[in-house]
Amino acid sequence: MFENLQDKLNTAFRTLKGKDRISDINVAATTKEVRRALVDADVNFKVAKDITDRIKDKAIDRKILISVEPGQMFVKIVQEELTELMGGKAESINIKGDPAVVLIAGLQGSGKTTFSGKLASMLKKQGRSVLLTACDVYRPAAIEQLKVLGEQIGVEVYAEPDNKNAVDIATNAMAYARKMGKKIVIVDTAGRLAVDEVMMQEVADIKAAVKPTEILFVVDSMTGQDAVNTAKTFNERLNFDGVVLTKLDGDARGGAALSIRQVVEKPIKFISTGEKMEALDAFYPDRMASRILGMGDVVSLVERA
Amino acid sequence: EKSKESIFGKLSRAIVGKATVDEEVLDELEEILISSDVGVGTTVKIIERIEARVARDKYTSVNELDRILREEVAALLSESSSVGVTDSFETEHLPKPYVIMVVGVNGVGKTTTIGKLAHQFQHRGHKVVLGAADTFRAAAVAQLKLWGQRVGVLVIDHGMNTDPSAVAYDALKKGVEIGADVIIIDTAGRLHTKVNLMNELGKIKRVMQKVLPDAPHEVMLVLDGSTGQNAVIQAREFTKATEVTSLAVTKLDGTAKGGVVIGISDEFQIPVKYIGVGEKMDDLQVFNREEFVDSLFKK
Ligand SMILES: Nc1nc2c(ncn2[C@@H]2O[C@H](COP(=O)(O)OP(=O)(O)OP(=O)(O)O)[C@@H](O)[C@H]2O)c(=O)[nH]1
Ligand SMILES: Nc1nc2c(ncn2[C@@H]2O[C@H](COP(=O)(O)OP(=O)(O)OP(=O)(O)O)[C@@H](O)[C@H]2O)c(=O)[nH]1
Ligand SMILES: [Mg+2]
Ligand SMILES: [Mg+2]
Repeated sequence: MFENLQDKLNTAFRTLKGKDRISDINVAATTKEVRRALVDADVNFKVAKDITDRIKDKAIDRKILISVEPGQMFVKIVQEELTELMGGKAESINIKGDPAVVLIAGLQGSGKTTFSGKLASMLKKQGRSVLLTACDVYRPAAIEQLKVLGEQIGVEVYAEPDNKNAVDIATNAMAYARKMGKKIVIVDTAGRLAVDEVMMQEVADIKAAVKPTEILFVVDSMTGQDAVNTAKTFNERLNFDGVVLTKLDGDARGGAALSIRQVVEKPIKFISTGEKMEALDAFYPDRMASRILGMGDVVSLVERA
Repeated sequence: EKSKESIFGKLSRAIVGKATVDEEVLDELEEILISSDVGVGTTVKIIERIEARVARDKYTSVNELDRILREEVAALLSESSSVGVTDSFETEHLPKPYVIMVVGVNGVGKTTTIGKLAHQFQHRGHKVVLGAADTFRAAAVAQLKLWGQRVGVLVIDHGMNTDPSAVAYDALKKGVEIGADVIIIDTAGRLHTKVNLMNELGKIKRVMQKVLPDAPHEVMLVLDGSTGQNAVIQAREFTKATEVTSLAVTKLDGTAKGGVVIGISDEFQIPVKYIGVGEKMDDLQVFNREEFVDSLFKK
């Protein structure tokens, strides 16, 4: 059994080593290794298949142009392809509006509340007046959690502890923000499963009530094959604008990022890299591609060639 | 989408009369297992076991293949070890008080699982004490206290930003004092890559042993059912740090299949004891191997 993607690619690499031409046969063998490697990095099975088919065609197309070793050429093609699939440059969020509204949604425990705090903190540091809104009326102490974070970063939190209607709370928060002259409202919502019809309707209703300028879907980078189903359903219901990938301070390869990008065609806008309020970064497709491939050193090797 | 029948139909057509499973079958099976997060390594292992069975038994029908496949997958799921571990929610055969320390990465469902477990034990008339040793995550203590209120069990806490070991120590002291049957210690979520935080778990254990030398009797690792292959590394690292003795898999009420636990259970010989199927008090079930395997092959 392979330890990780790096090992797998090295095996794929060896398959080709010593041959100065990439033949159809060894390309096929290598793409199969790459496909398994992607799957082990949690890239969705079908997405991995599509990607490696494309890579195979590219590799065969370019065989005549090869001037470096085929193995390196192949790795370079894989890396380029993944970077491209992950989307060009870092994209920003839309905070135009008076007030602008950012709606945060996703599965249970993915990191929504923590991210809401981080985003508020970042925007506050840019000199904007932000209001956090606590719309999770289900999880025990969810409101208090957001309040603690708000206090830490010095951002006001709108909450109605006795109100069990999240849509009303969101609506009231908008009125409050206008009254107080807040420029950005960040709406934290409860975690929900894509198959939970009642809860999916609730978040759709919140969207209708607050008319967000930006909707962000928060995903745990450790998510496996199911990421595509979840992202698809959330996208169908919310038509979100971007994805936030969390818990990247761990060692998860984060293949879900590639799957989601492929299936819903929405950019990844932020990555979350810790529990502290400062641990928020922009997303760089090339870094993510390397991470999924687990091949930092292989890439630099190719760059030196 | 392919139905269960067509997959087994294909499988049987491809295997009948052959001693080995060919590429096409392998791809079919790979698709089912991989899309349940079983992982490439375990999938290959399952296929090899089926090949060996087929070569040996010369099976005949589709039903039989179906049965063989289920059996082989189930066989990888290790049984509960003999260490007086709770397979049910009964405590009669356990040491008293029985101490469970709950660990896992961030947001997997530790605190919720503890609330549900407390409910199950309490409901059967066992006396339960909870220890709020997540003193780090915002409002973590408040969250566990609310669960304690909801279920009606005692929660020992020192507030936020205090020493988690001291909380665990006091929870055990109190538990012994009032004759508790079960003591469950909540810990902060931590990624297994953070060395200091992983070491802290060892410290919490050692401090508990000052009260009860054989505590904790159980270290439960909570895994999020939607986690992919990283769960294998989580199991490895938490086992290294705390000698994990049982697994709980959460969020199986969603569409994720939780197949990654098959390889984990096999590789580390840790039984899955409970599954979480919702956010409510009653949404905890004792793990059933057959039902779990069935769910993998259901669309
Ligand atoms: N290591 C790490 N932990 C994170 C990160 N983001 C969030 N967390 C932790 O993950 C856990 C869950 O985060 P929350 O923000 O509560 O997640 P949520 O999506 O709001 O959860 P629900 O409201 O219950 O659905 C907490 O322990 C957070 O501290 C991250 O980027 N890295
Ligand atoms: N649908 C579903 N949600 C669950 C289940 N178990 C837990 N959750 C939810 O997952 C989220 C995180 O649960 P917690 O119990 O706070 O997780 P934790 O591991 O204690 O998190 P940290 O302490 O922040 O690391 C909450 O929104 C829970 O309601 C489950 O079995 N099914
Ligand atoms: Mg939350
Ligand atoms: Mg917790």
